[in-house]
Amino acid sequence: MTLETMPFARAMNAGLRRAMEEDPRVLLMGEDIGKLGGVFRVTEHLQRDFGEKRVLDTPLAESGIVGTAIGLAMTGFRPVIEIQFDGFVFPAFDQITTQLAKLTNRHEGAITMPVVIRIPYGGHIGAVEHHQESPEAYFAHTAGLRVVSPSTPNDAYWMIQDAIRSNDPVIFMEPKSRYWQKGEVDTDNRPAPLHASRLVRPGTDVTLVGHGAMVSVLLQAAAIAEGEGTSCAVVDVRSLSPVDYDPIVESVRQTGRMVWAQEAPGVASIGGDIAATVTERAFYSLEAPVMRVSGYDVPFPPAKLEGTYLPDADRVLDAVDRALAY
Amino acid sequence: MRFLEPDGSYAPTPEAEPLREIVEGADDALLRQMYRDMAVIRAFDQQATRLQRQGQLALWPPSLGQEAAQVGSARAARPQDTIFPSYREHVVAKIRGVDPVNILALMRGTTHGGWDPTDPANGNTRLYTLVLGTQTLHATGFAMGLGFDGRAGTGDVERDEAVVVYYGDGAASEGDVHEAMVFAASYNTPQLFFLQNNQWAISVPVATQSRGPLADRSAGYGIPSLRIDGNDVLASYAASRMYLDEARTGGGPRAIEAVTYRMGAHTTSDDPTKYRGRDEEESWARRDPIARMRAFLASRGADAAFFADVDAEGEALAADARQRVVSLPEPDPDSMFAHVYSEPHALMERQAAWLAEYEASFEGGAA
Repeated sequence: MTLETMPFARAMNAGLRRAMEEDPRVLLMGEDIGKLGGVFRVTEHLQRDFGEKRVLDTPLAESGIVGTAIGLAMTGFRPVIEIQFDGFVFPAFDQITTQLAKLTNRHEGAITMPVVIRIPYGGHIGAVEHHQESPEAYFAHTAGLRVVSPSTPNDAYWMIQDAIRSNDPVIFMEPKSRYWQKGEVDTDNRPAPLHASRLVRPGTDVTLVGHGAMVSVLLQAAAIAEGEGTSCAVVDVRSLSPVDYDPIVESVRQTGRMVWAQEAPGVASIGGDIAATVTERAFYSLEAPVMRVSGYDVPFPPAKLEGTYLPDADRVLDAVDRALAY
Repeated sequence: MRFLEPDGSYAPTPEAEPLREIVEGADDALLRQMYRDMAVIRAFDQQATRLQRQGQLALWPPSLGQEAAQVGSARAARPQDTIFPSYREHVVAKIRGVDPVNILALMRGTTHGGWDPTDPANGNTRLYTLVLGTQTLHATGFAMGLGFDGRAGTGDVERDEAVVVYYGDGAASEGDVHEAMVFAASYNTPQLFFLQNNQWAISVPVATQSRGPLADRSAGYGIPSLRIDGNDVLASYAASRMYLDEARTGGGPRAIEAVTYRMGAHTTSDDPTKYRGRDEEESWARRDPIARMRAFLASRGADAAFFADVDAEGEALAADARQRVVSLPEPDPDSMFAHVYSEPHALMERQAAWLAEYEASFEGGAA
């Protein structure tokens, strides 16, 4: 087993590099991803090492990037796109939802669309408007897309490789506030399949569930709760479409209580769907309604208010208390 | 740019002079084939409109009046080329080898696609695309791939590949078309942007889309363009042939605006009497692309037997299409789930199983 400690962004870089080494048809596309290495340096040195035909500094047009990636996939390439920030994906929304997601279905399986769209998402970085959003629900709502979000450097390293290997389009949500967090990466052993949820902390009283940057918030809440005598399990869903319900439901059957946390606004969100599905599958085990902690249903606020907007351990623990009060 | 006057007389305009060699090098067999293509598809197209009126198709977008623009460009493409149609290029698809009944299947509602573009029998014809202009980016990406893989730009016209993408005057306002031109210019793609300006985007006239000729726009992207009489099949053939061969051999993207006229409705759901007058329709009817080519061929010795044979082929295709489209099988409900993803997907499996169980729960059972 080869263990190496590295930040999330560098684990992404290493995963991309390995995928490019293993398959010459993998190419990267995006704005400022070449010489600059991307605004978060996720693609640093990859153009230097693989050349300008494998790492494309594209014109600044998101629909153009996704639309041409579709054409490249039709000629046998496996494009991996970087969208610079979450709020900049929307110019490409049409190409993603009406074309990329539907092409395999339109062709009745005659072609595949192995395109990965990497989207740095979420808050905690004190940035300006359109730079801190969590748009995952739009994509999970669209049939034909797969949507995943790693929360650790090890998952980042492996999940990007698995996403690139997928013959279906994958929306790859990268919790940008985690880019600088270090963790151990095992470059020999894949931790779990791309679409598997994972119990990351066992517990017996309440099951906390989330993805991306929320996972560390949930672990923090669980540690505090433990000091107060409440045992919280934590599940990292990792995949938002499809969702692997078994580890969630298995834990909820033991605890009888569940709290979901997400940065995205709550209305018509991933959390709403997961809460409904867990209720359907574990109704007789539940001692309380599934609690949801979300961003408020407002545009992501100016940076000085992000601490108020974003779910933190306190708000998660408040939901834990409400669940326990039933 | 024009070779044939509306009355069929051969009179190249000054802009056509540099392309005379291409037209005059075309033999009688090709000229007659292009007439045949146009006349036969018109018979099919009119049959399709009748099928829609009789409830056999959900919708039909007629190509009536645009045959010359489409046939000339399709015959100019070489076998190795890839075609990205919009949704009205029925004769382009047919020329490339697609069974026209497959287009009817799409409009009947038995499929969202209709044919397999990777099957060589379909002549590298990609599927119709209904969201305006999106296909221009797919074509540009495809052409980028040809460049990256060295499948274009060697200088050998028999081997180098190129891409033709069709779109219309309405789609020309879509951002994707402009982004496609930016990327095409940036990556010097082997690609022809073929714009059919049929004057009407449903009810919106081209004057609302642009104050100047649409062909002029491409200059802003550094892409050479030609504006041609789109009802002259020779102009369409010559311009497309020249531009495709320039594009495939490393010259980079090219653009053509074929000025034509949608003689019919936008689709069978449309009513042109609400927004345009008979005078306009009649003036364009006098420039009918098929009558023009017929007069030209007659002047070169095509006899009544040839024209009768073409008419018979059109009638036979129309009759065959009618007979086959009405007997297309209904799609299996299970097929909804079959190709949403290309690899196993838990939700699809769950929902397909649920549907099967639900259908079977009715008296007698569907299963």
